[in-house]
Amino acid sequence: MTAALEVSNLTVRFGHFTAVDGVSLHLAPGTRHALIGPNGAGKTSLVHAITGNVPVAGGTVHVDGTVVTRMTQAARVRMGLARTFQINQLFRGLTVLDNVRLTIFEREQKTRVFWRSARADRAVDTEARELLAFVHLEKYSDHVVHALPYGIQRLLEIAIALATKPRVLVLDEPAAGVPAMQSESIFERIRDLPRDLTLLFVEHDMKLVFRFAERISVLVGGRVLTEGTPKEISADERVREVYLGRRSGHVVA
Amino acid sequence: MTGVISVVVDGVTFGMLLFLFSIGLSITLGLMRFINLAHGAFAMFGGYVSVTLLNGLGMPFLVTLPVAFLATGIVGAILERSVIRHVYRMPELQQVLFSIGLAFAAGAIATIIFGPQQQPILLPRWLTEQMLIFDIQISGYRIFLIVAGFSAAAGLIALFNYTMFGAKIRAAVDNRRTAEGMGIDVNRLFSLTFALGAACAGFGGALAVGFLGLDPTFPLKYLVLVLMVVAIGGPGSIGGSFIAAIFLGVVDALFKYFVPEVGGFVIYALLVVMMIFFPKGIARRTA
Amino acid sequence: MKETFRIGLGIPLLAAAIAAYFMFPGYLGLMAHIFILAIFALSYDLLQGHAGIVSLGHAVFFGIGAYTAAIVGKNGLTDPLLVLLIALLVSGAVAAGLTRIVVVGNDLTRLLVTLGIGYLFYEAANKANWLTGGADGMPDFEVGPLLGIFSFDFVGRVAFFYTLAALVIVYLFMLRVTTSPFGIALRGIRENARRMHAIGAPVNRHLAITYTMSGAVAGVAGALLAQTSRFASLDMLGFERSAEVMMMATLGGTGSIPGVVMGAATFGYLKDVLSTLSPKYWHLGIGIVLMLSVFVASNGIIGCIAALKRLTGVKS
Repeated sequence: MTAALEVSNLTVRFGHFTAVDGVSLHLAPGTRHALIGPNGAGKTSLVHAITGNVPVAGGTVHVDGTVVTRMTQAARVRMGLARTFQINQLFRGLTVLDNVRLTIFEREQKTRVFWRSARADRAVDTEARELLAFVHLEKYSDHVVHALPYGIQRLLEIAIALATKPRVLVLDEPAAGVPAMQSESIFERIRDLPRDLTLLFVEHDMKLVFRFAERISVLVGGRVLTEGTPKEISADERVREVYLGRRSGHVVA
Repeated sequence: MTGVISVVVDGVTFGMLLFLFSIGLSITLGLMRFINLAHGAFAMFGGYVSVTLLNGLGMPFLVTLPVAFLATGIVGAILERSVIRHVYRMPELQQVLFSIGLAFAAGAIATIIFGPQQQPILLPRWLTEQMLIFDIQISGYRIFLIVAGFSAAAGLIALFNYTMFGAKIRAAVDNRRTAEGMGIDVNRLFSLTFALGAACAGFGGALAVGFLGLDPTFPLKYLVLVLMVVAIGGPGSIGGSFIAAIFLGVVDALFKYFVPEVGGFVIYALLVVMMIFFPKGIARRTA
Repeated sequence: MKETFRIGLGIPLLAAAIAAYFMFPGYLGLMAHIFILAIFALSYDLLQGHAGIVSLGHAVFFGIGAYTAAIVGKNGLTDPLLVLLIALLVSGAVAAGLTRIVVVGNDLTRLLVTLGIGYLFYEAANKANWLTGGADGMPDFEVGPLLGIFSFDFVGRVAFFYTLAALVIVYLFMLRVTTSPFGIALRGIRENARRMHAIGAPVNRHLAITYTMSGAVAGVAGALLAQTSRFASLDMLGFERSAEVMMMATLGGTGSIPGVVMGAATFGYLKDVLSTLSPKYWHLGIGIVLMLSVFVASNGIIGCIAALKRLTGVKS
């Protein structure tokens, strides 16, 4: 079966520094795949390379069999590969609803229209509200983003990525910066995402990783140390060693 | 052939002056990320200081130069402390508006005090004599300017690469937070650097009066060229600015000589072409 | 972020303009000039206030519009509306041609490129004096009667309504564009260009279209000035005019359509009054005002109005 996301031997260099060294990932369609590793392991660089934020020095990225390695980020989004950012990247001066509507307009290529009112488009409006309902943000529809609490913004970050109707969604530390209570609810939204959507998420919180991931790749020093099911990973001595001295108590036995 | 050589000499001379004008802007941009479109006003100020001292007080020309340097540096430091440091944090649009306002105000003040005409300057005899180098007649003043330019460049490079001050600046450009964490007083560093840049421009302006003339349109007249030097040489790079300045000076002079009908227009066409092929500038790492 | 006043504020502005016609019949020329400045400022603010692009050479399109009107008029084409259309197309075409270099690159290079383009065209127009009259400008080209009926009179009545009508059309156009899906995309670019790429938006294409529209409308403003003053000159292309339009938009309230119009009106009026007194004090004055404006009232006139409304508790 064609992988939803296939990363082959990917290498990313910044000057003389190799951040990602020959990393390979194979995500079956619909899987929930986690990417973990200590700080500086290259997780964020890998995510940037997959989504097109940084150029690659070697290797390839395929989405549903189509090679996207040289495509711009925007082109990859149109191919169905979307992401969320570790630090919210929202349209802070717009309302919550407009953030989502803008994304839908772009997806539908309706942004070439400059002669009609945006509000007149009922279909886009309805879809936007449905998406906001999914992330439980409907009541904030008309609030301007910069006035909202960070946890709410984090959910909006996901809603925007969903609005692009991706086939593969990369989530870069979706619970980052959010208090523990709210990170649970964020992941519950993630869990409720449709099964035909393939997920790759980077996360530090081991409790969440072991609860929601089906497969885990461990990245250390730019390379994949090992990959397996949560049970296999938690039993792996090498993984424990890597996390020794950190909050190792969070590694589920 | 001698015609071409003398044109090239003119170009190099002009380039030296451009270098002195631009170095402050390059460092300010590289260090504080501050786009100062009014930087030319410092050059103008130095020019007027020199002219006033020379014509008004009869001070010897050579003495007016360090005075122009110091005076402009002081003015730069005062401006930086009082006003400009608050503009660093502002978004680009605000910086552009502020510095355009400053440029207009500076030009207006110059017009009010000195009038819109060109300033006459009486250079000392020993500078205006022609000298014969390799069979070519070059005015002593051009040679003086070239030597002055080289010395300034050498001095600045030495300052940046071999002194503590220079090391601190390079550290702060590289990573401000870390530099502060190491105990470097970054605010004071910015003030000093800004003042130094202004002083260089003032020095250049004083030197330029006898070669380029001086009137209140000075700041905006050379703005594009100065920005080009910074963009091509790379913000924060002394060596880059030097090479870019000489290059632009010579190209400008050559084209004005060979294709006078097109003349000054060429430099702008060159700019546009360079930006097509190097939209991010010909980036060089800081010296 | 500032509220978007809809056509709401446009009505009192229009009423004020019509009232001024009756109240100050001796100043129709100045008012027509102000309407032209407002059109120019609106064209510029589409770039600055809505897409977030700062251009230091926008007067290029104003000048191209003016010279197109003059050159075409000198060669026999005198119907003002037709000339206006041609000016719009020419300046729009030039803008479209330049988008490639303006739209890419970072902010510093863009400032430099727009500045350089401004000087480039200025020098070119200066040198090409067989076409443009060089430093002397182009006077005395014929402008026919509007719609075949209304000849431009010396008092300026026809010019007043001509330019006012154009301003109303441009104003409505701006309102429509900024509330369209395209308009939201522009705001997205201004708010967070990085995110725009991450939602698959063709950012460069949006900017190219904006730049083209903006250039075309600026050309209309320039043509109007040439037609109503029967003169086209180099200063219509120059840096000072580019700086002025930036000031008008910013002082009025960048991003706000009525704000920009008010900024242009204030600026146009003040310039008329003060620069005849003494140009150097005018420059000093605007220099100081600009420097102050980044510290106080950075949202311009419209920002002050909004603040006043909040203070007095009036709901917008």
